Amino acid sequence: MAQYQNLFTRVQAHAAAYPGVPLATGQGARVGSPVHSRWLGRIGDAQIGPIHLGWFGLTSLICGFISFEIIGLNMLASVNWNPIQFVRQLPWLALEPPAPAYGLKIPPLAQGGWWLMAGMFLTLSVLLWWVRMYRRARALGLGTHVAWAFAAAIWLFLVLGFIRPLLMGHWSEAVPFGIFPHLDWTAAFSIRYGNLFYNPFHMLSIAFLYGSTLLFAMHAATILAVGRYGGEREVEQIVDRGTAAERGALFWRWTMGFNATMESIHRWAWWFAVLCPLTGGIGILLTGTVVDNWYLWAVQHGVAPSYPSVFPPGVDPALAPTK
Amino acid sequence: MRSVLTMSSVVLLVAAGLAGCERPPVVSEQGGYRGTAMAQIRNPRLVAARDAAQTLPEPVPAAAPEGPKAKDTFKNVQVLGELSVPEFTRTMLAITAWVSPKDGCAYCHAAGEDLSSDKLYTKVVSRRMLEMTRHINADWKAHVADTGVTCFTCHRGQPVPAQVWHTDPGPKRGGGASADSAGQNHPAQQAGLSSLPFDPLTPHLLGDEPIRVVSQQALKTSNPRDIKDTESTYALMTHISQSLGVNCTFCHNSRSFTEWPQSPPARTVAYHGIRLARDLNKTFLEPLKSTFPAGRLGPTGDAPKVSCATCHQGVNKPLHGAKLVKDYPALSAAVPSEPSVLAARHAPKAATD
Repeated sequence: MAQYQNLFTRVQAHAAAYPGVPLATGQGARVGSPVHSRWLGRIGDAQIGPIHLGWFGLTSLICGFISFEIIGLNMLASVNWNPIQFVRQLPWLALEPPAPAYGLKIPPLAQGGWWLMAGMFLTLSVLLWWVRMYRRARALGLGTHVAWAFAAAIWLFLVLGFIRPLLMGHWSEAVPFGIFPHLDWTAAFSIRYGNLFYNPFHMLSIAFLYGSTLLFAMHAATILAVGRYGGEREVEQIVDRGTAAERGALFWRWTMGFNATMESIHRWAWWFAVLCPLTGGIGILLTGTVVDNWYLWAVQHGVAPSYPSVFPPGVDPALAPTK
Repeated sequence: MRSVLTMSSVVLLVAAGLAGCERPPVVSEQGGYRGTAMAQIRNPRLVAARDAAQTLPEPVPAAAPEGPKAKDTFKNVQVLGELSVPEFTRTMLAITAWVSPKDGCAYCHAAGEDLSSDKLYTKVVSRRMLEMTRHINADWKAHVADTGVTCFTCHRGQPVPAQVWHTDPGPKRGGGASADSAGQNHPAQQAGLSSLPFDPLTPHLLGDEPIRVVSQQALKTSNPRDIKDTESTYALMTHISQSLGVNCTFCHNSRSFTEWPQSPPARTVAYHGIRLARDLNKTFLEPLKSTFPAGRLGPTGDAPKVSCATCHQGVNKPLHGAKLVKDYPALSAAVPSEPSVLAARHAPKAATD
């Protein structure tokens, strides 16, 4: 219909605040009286609250806040407590992991100790939030699909910051906290281990990443396109297939020869999204522990293409006899 | 009315966001086999501006090589003694034009003193500079070939070359128990304003820190280099890229940076260039620390040093490969000379590693 053609709600319905789905007794009560925000209503539901804080939510936020402050204050210290320089240099600033010489020991605060502490609090915060996600789903009588998808992301997070450094024997292999620095880390990681593009699990992860993007666009477009037939009422279409689901399926069958159903498309999307960090984490875990140069590995396994030379093959000058 | 306001603010925001960008189109020149993405990307507007700055010096007319030697005619001639007097005078004129055209002869020869006086530190330093130039042209043909270098290659009419460097201790920090930045995580002038190590030159162009980090075997080896070493190497490579105005694929096949058979010939030249810079910094420049006045030293009290940028100044061949030294035999390899007093003190070694 005409008024739903863009991202922003043109006509907002204001009604009495909705307290939420009733919970079983014994669950912590939701806190806060609801507030209505007109601006938020432009992009979604105008009602903010009541919120279920809960013990896990509260401790997660506190741990997260501690980690955030450790990182931020150390960044501020690195520019000599100058707030203008802090804002100006913010994309460059970071909290670095310790030097390799410290191994897995706890280093002095200034030489990576703060990084270790920030990492520990951040990990705790993320794990506690996962528990919250799981419990809230159960409390509302839902399946725990969101929590398990989140677990896949946590797997990658733990591999990068905890499991792989543990296997490599030093914290210095882990990622720094900083915008550009963590990106430089990915570049340096790929350079050091012989070009990560030749890592087959990295290849799989990319396929699932691009696939997820593609599926998200396909599914979103399909549902919007069949909105005129009530396609957005997906659960109803699943249990009682209507013309919306049929038209959507036929569109893809005619386009690419096969199609999903109203339920299965969501399973496709879930698995593609979850497999991205899952395979990526495996790829990271194998790097440096098992494989030290992915390009050479690829050459050995017949994955790397060979190109004709356009210039005379170079010779390592370090191997030449010195005069 | 509101939509006009929204529209104009969006346009302003986009304009502000793009204000720092270079204007397209850029020109891409293929450098390797198709499909390997080995291309040199150049912005014609920036290249034109850079090329306009590559001015060559006025040539000084040739002089007779025969005649009385400079060391027999003038006092206190240590390095250029074997030259004929006309050649010696010609060389002096050329040096003035190349190094101190504004200050003239008085930059090295103190006004009111005899020309042989060593009162100014600049005269003492210039002797080492002359020896250094000859050393480059004689012993570093692996990098400079027959093109060679003259004083102009670095100085370009400035007494202090535009692109010398000092050891960078990093910005002032909060100190106390706050975290060390481990030599990085600030905009790095020497490494393309990235957050890579901000002083990649001291460990690699003054010290002998290993640059190679990638393993030569597929499976786990005893390669001790780790990600932090790689970032140091990466910073040095970024410096080289910005100093020469080239992409990484000028020297490397980026699918495997370490493989020599897949690397273009420029990589071998660059290999020798790095060792040349190390040699010059260790043998000639850093030992001049005690000769320079405090105003010429860096924040840690070290002498000014050369990097790739000092000669190349944004072009992959300095001055587009103009062969300057062939007209100035005083600076080329062939002329024998006694080592200067400073040279004897610092015992130069003309060796590659």
